[in-house]
Amino acid sequence: METSKPKKTVAPRTPMPCQPAAVRRGNFEEVALGYTREMALQEAARCLQCKKPLCVTGCPVEVPIRDFIHQVAQNNMDAAYRIIKSTNSLPAVCGRVCPQEHQCEGKCVLKAKGQPVAIGRLERFVADTYIATTACEQVTGTNACSLPLDGKKVACIGSGPSSLTCAGVCAAAGIRVDVFEALHEPGGVLIYGIPAFRLPKSVVATEIDGLRQSGVEFHLNSVGGRTVDVADLRKEYDAVFIGVGAGLPTFLGVPGENLVGVFSANEYLTRVNLGRAYDFPKQDTPAFPGKNVTVFGAGNVAMDAARTALRMGAESVHIVYRRTRAEMPARLEEVEHAEEEGVQFAMLSAPLRFNGNAELHLTSVTLQKMELGEPDASGRRRPVPIAGSEYDMPTDLAIVALGTRSNPILLDATPDLVKTQRGYIQVHEETGETSIPNVFAGGDIVTGAATVILAMGAGRRAGQEIVRRLRG
Amino acid sequence: MPTPILHKERLIPGKTSKLVLHAPQIAQKARPGHFVMLRVSPQGERIPLTIADTDPAQGTITIVYLVMGKTTAMLEELNQGDAILDVCGPLGHPTHIEKHGTVICVGGGTGIAAMHHIAKGHARVGNRVVGIIGARSKDLLLFEKELASFVDELLISTDDGSYGHKGLVTDLLRDRLEKDKAVFEVVAVGPVPMMAAVAETTRPFGVKTTVSLNPIMVDGIGMCGACRVSVGGKTKFACVDGPEFDGHEVDFPELRRRLAAYREQERISLEAYQRSAHGN
Repeated sequence: METSKPKKTVAPRTPMPCQPAAVRRGNFEEVALGYTREMALQEAARCLQCKKPLCVTGCPVEVPIRDFIHQVAQNNMDAAYRIIKSTNSLPAVCGRVCPQEHQCEGKCVLKAKGQPVAIGRLERFVADTYIATTACEQVTGTNACSLPLDGKKVACIGSGPSSLTCAGVCAAAGIRVDVFEALHEPGGVLIYGIPAFRLPKSVVATEIDGLRQSGVEFHLNSVGGRTVDVADLRKEYDAVFIGVGAGLPTFLGVPGENLVGVFSANEYLTRVNLGRAYDFPKQDTPAFPGKNVTVFGAGNVAMDAARTALRMGAESVHIVYRRTRAEMPARLEEVEHAEEEGVQFAMLSAPLRFNGNAELHLTSVTLQKMELGEPDASGRRRPVPIAGSEYDMPTDLAIVALGTRSNPILLDATPDLVKTQRGYIQVHEETGETSIPNVFAGGDIVTGAATVILAMGAGRRAGQEIVRRLRG
Repeated sequence: MPTPILHKERLIPGKTSKLVLHAPQIAQKARPGHFVMLRVSPQGERIPLTIADTDPAQGTITIVYLVMGKTTAMLEELNQGDAILDVCGPLGHPTHIEKHGTVICVGGGTGIAAMHHIAKGHARVGNRVVGIIGARSKDLLLFEKELASFVDELLISTDDGSYGHKGLVTDLLRDRLEKDKAVFEVVAVGPVPMMAAVAETTRPFGVKTTVSLNPIMVDGIGMCGACRVSVGGKTKFACVDGPEFDGHEVDFPELRRRLAAYREQERISLEAYQRSAHGN
């Protein structure tokens, strides 16, 4: 660090208005309200317009960040939108849910001098502001749709971020796309997982409508590996993309886990988000009520579950994590929001067992204190139990958010697919092609549980390869 | 796309009905033991129902339900010509069916319909099928004619003795196992207490016993674990690992408690529906 030169002061990043914590913990409305045009212009003006923009290298789909921010600074939102859309099919989603501090904003040169440019907030502003004037614009970012290619058809299995992106890339090139989704609503984790207070359903619906209008057809209630299978789809389509995610939840494997009151985060969030249990009994799906809620894990899903439980009327919500705050994998903004809303953190604690009453209802969880030892294979210091440190935490609703594994349904039904040692689909790194010719895969079913934007990056690469082959 | 109801038969008026649905894709793929998830309205909940029969040539599947709560009450309002908003399937593992000899298929209540499809599969591969069905009284028995058309033997019991043996299906089962030492497998589908009782009846005989479990489900595709059950001390997801398991290994008391988890909400939901359905 040079200390002799006086540092040029950099203006702080423009804050984003939010619903006050006391208000928002009583509703499912979006927490972060987004920039106004003035705020966006002010924030865009902070960008140094680097000759070699490092921010772009931090973005998994390589959005031309410098160029779109330049257009924002010129108050030219249409042009900014087209630039973003050239590589990103779901900017309104990514601007909201990407962990920017580890991606684009982590690479921003201003970070060293203070705070990086708020790239995610600007991307979100542009996407929210831009109102598509033609159907095709939602997908292609231009006024013109590509001419349909005669008879070329692509099938996408799953309708989460990777499949939607692959479908968008193909549709933009004039290829007919059929998307097969197991649930009754498209969107994958954007619909059943990420709560409305982070990602309003209307945002997802708008992006999906854009795809529909560009010729993508959605077949709901169609389970890949059950209702439709890869072998059949290969006969009917020129290429198949598998983007079924890694939906199978992991449990803790401690005694008492099947007591009434212990849930996977997937179940709890699916009931509340997809089933809209927050509006029970107007909506038919109930969610299990909990006064004292304990959530296990410290990723985004754990934050989502904890903040959802608060909004569902919990009196206290604890997040239990084996390590410390510094190792928490969740997006920084979500951790801060959770804290502001009253979520409490029990760090360096691990569950030993769940305890129940005669009706087999959960009453408490026995935890053990941990301390940090030597770094493990992941480079993080390994938590080591402290003998004799056991304590009970009263709990009537426990939510396990420890990640997910690959769902066996499609894999078992498609034995030809070569899998990795960890049980995910093996693909060619550059093209995304699987061991079956013209069958591609991407997203969590290839990488294991990761982020929305990484899944989109994989969907985009596979989509581009499919377009190249079908056009060639 | 909504799934049209081609035919409706009220098996037990107000309580149990049979629907024949136009679902060619599901009909093509469905095997005995498979189930579907369905949703009746845009505000609706997803519920699992076993496929009771299929006709791939006609592109139809048959489901049978017991009117228990709001969703099945709404289903009961639908008629031939109406459609069900969402039907997803076929789900779960199909029944393991091989030619082995004599199989006893036990069905109770609405479970008789699901058992019927499994029994049919066994009969088709050439197994000798003994059907045992039971209900509280004669008017609550289902699928007697359908079963009689293909099983080798059909035994019937009613709690009140209004038809067949007076007593439980397990009386008939025990009696049968004592007489016939060559039974390869017992399959049971019905209420949890009945399946538990069947498993206890067969245990001393050491006969392989398969039960089709009916835990709470949300997605039905392995995403959530709502349907998890303890089998042989291990946690299994009924929707992807089952729904059929070794009856001697299943923790039935746990299953019963887990099924009752939402009893209060189920009551609230049904009462709100009944109030609005009867013009407030």
